[in-house]
Amino acid sequence: MIPTFFLVMIIIFLLVRLLPGDPAIAMAEAKATEAQIEILRERMGLNEPLWTQFFIFVRNVLTGDLGQSILLKAPVATVIIERLPVTAFLTIYAVLFSIIIAGPLAAIAALNKNKRADILIRGVFQIGLSTPVFYIGLLLLTFLAAFLRWFPVGGYGQTFWEHMYHLLLPALTVALYTSAIIMRNLRSSIIEVIDAEYVQFARAKGLSEGLILWRHVLRNALVSTVTLLGLSIGNLMSGTLVTETVFAVPGVGRLMLEAIFARDYPLIQGLTLTFAVLVSIVFLLTDMIQSWLDPRLRPS
Amino acid sequence: MTYAPYAQKRRFAVFKFFQRMQPGFIVGLTILSLSLILALFPSYIAPYDPNAFDFNAVQSPPSDLHWFGTDSLGRDTLSRVIWAYSVNMQMAFLATIFSLLIGVTIGALVGYYRGFSDVVFGRCVDAIITFPFLVLVIAVVAVLGPGLINMYIAITVVGWVYYARLMRAEIMAQMANDYASAGKVMGYSDSRIIFRHLLPNAITPVIVYWMTDMALAILLGSSLGYLGLGAQPPEAEWGVLIAEGRNFITTAWWLSLMPGIAIVITGFGFSLVGDGVADLLRPRG
Repeated sequence: MIPTFFLVMIIIFLLVRLLPGDPAIAMAEAKATEAQIEILRERMGLNEPLWTQFFIFVRNVLTGDLGQSILLKAPVATVIIERLPVTAFLTIYAVLFSIIIAGPLAAIAALNKNKRADILIRGVFQIGLSTPVFYIGLLLLTFLAAFLRWFPVGGYGQTFWEHMYHLLLPALTVALYTSAIIMRNLRSSIIEVIDAEYVQFARAKGLSEGLILWRHVLRNALVSTVTLLGLSIGNLMSGTLVTETVFAVPGVGRLMLEAIFARDYPLIQGLTLTFAVLVSIVFLLTDMIQSWLDPRLRPS
Repeated sequence: MTYAPYAQKRRFAVFKFFQRMQPGFIVGLTILSLSLILALFPSYIAPYDPNAFDFNAVQSPPSDLHWFGTDSLGRDTLSRVIWAYSVNMQMAFLATIFSLLIGVTIGALVGYYRGFSDVVFGRCVDAIITFPFLVLVIAVVAVLGPGLINMYIAITVVGWVYYARLMRAEIMAQMANDYASAGKVMGYSDSRIIFRHLLPNAITPVIVYWMTDMALAILLGSSLGYLGLGAQPPEAEWGVLIAEGRNFITTAWWLSLMPGIAIVITGFGFSLVGDGVADLLRPRG
């Protein structure tokens, strides 16, 4: 993980150095003189050789100093920490939604394999997978928020319940894609084990179908679902980024886009790094949860 | 025992091939063929010039004259959606083909030679998949500047990894077979073994992935267009069209709704074909 992260830092560093335009000019006041810009350039270390700049960058990142945002005139780390809970809230909300949507539908589809209900459910999710996130978001926003006025048009709110209310449509938007992936996977894992001997045994014991499904079949499908969710965290974050833009949710995804349009390169750098760190943490957590759920995966 | 003539046998094989196709696959192929026709001949099909202003019909709702209505400059939405087919269908191909070619080549070489190159490759893959796909793509677009060509470059810079990873695994699996060692014993050159012997046997999963990737490319391309990072207005592209209609969505809903339907139908067609191809190419036992 450490060497990978070193490479991640190199990618981010080089990417940002390749951005067109002189960051010192971007940072400076509009009426700054050439000498003032030169001083700024010196202070930002832009006159140092590239590898020295890289080590300064690594040192700063390790000490939590991500530089100063040009757009927001505040330290990048502070800005990100301020906005991160919003995105985290939205992501977790979306994951919960996808499980609530996908779970029962997958069970119905699997138990009616190749019958009408199954074909209908799969068809709807297939169409869902072919629909871009921003389009679903825009449709929900238009009909449920703008026309029917059931939901606010954007924002985040103050209290927990306000967050739940404001982020309901965005979470649903993100969830439609994730739930489609989970549904597919759950359906096939249920079909895989539904005729397994241990399930037949449970049935022979006289357990109710509901109990068999809940305790024996779904539990078995849990490991692969967790893995899938963990591995699709990147997709989930991509979806969050677009959704935040559509619904004007003040999270890190929308911030990333704002930073790009403003060519705010310390902010782009900090955000890209944050996304990479988040994904690595989720990958790590997935590994841990996997071995907790499935004893066979534990190192003996 | 009678022997069927060769021609008859052949016809039977073709018939079986079609019989094996799922109905979904046929629907998908139909959608894609129609989309391709729209993409290739928009000027014959579109009722109006997509960029012609008509100030007598500004934001007119769908009617006999303008089936999908018109925008704030009186441009015909149907014609713009049809013209966008050429951009968006081209997207499915151009955003994926270079990833495929680069990924397959690198994946095949790494899978064949392994050693140090494999270590470096593994690290690169790990580092690139640590970024959410869209984040890295838009960061690269930010470096290059918005636009269609830069978008293709950005998607390729990130996307080749997925093909390479798949190809590497497949090549390594094929190398365990006797025919690979036989090629070596025969004294064939490495490139002959890789590209003439291993590659044709290992390419199937890559082709299947390519099909689904093309569907994703349309979604990704239109998303970037919507965000202002892909195709630039006034070019007719579905994402751009939806973004243009966004500000009028409560008064002129057709502006955003119609291009979106085109995306959904085309994406659906690609994913049906992807599933169908996967089904056909899957070995049956």
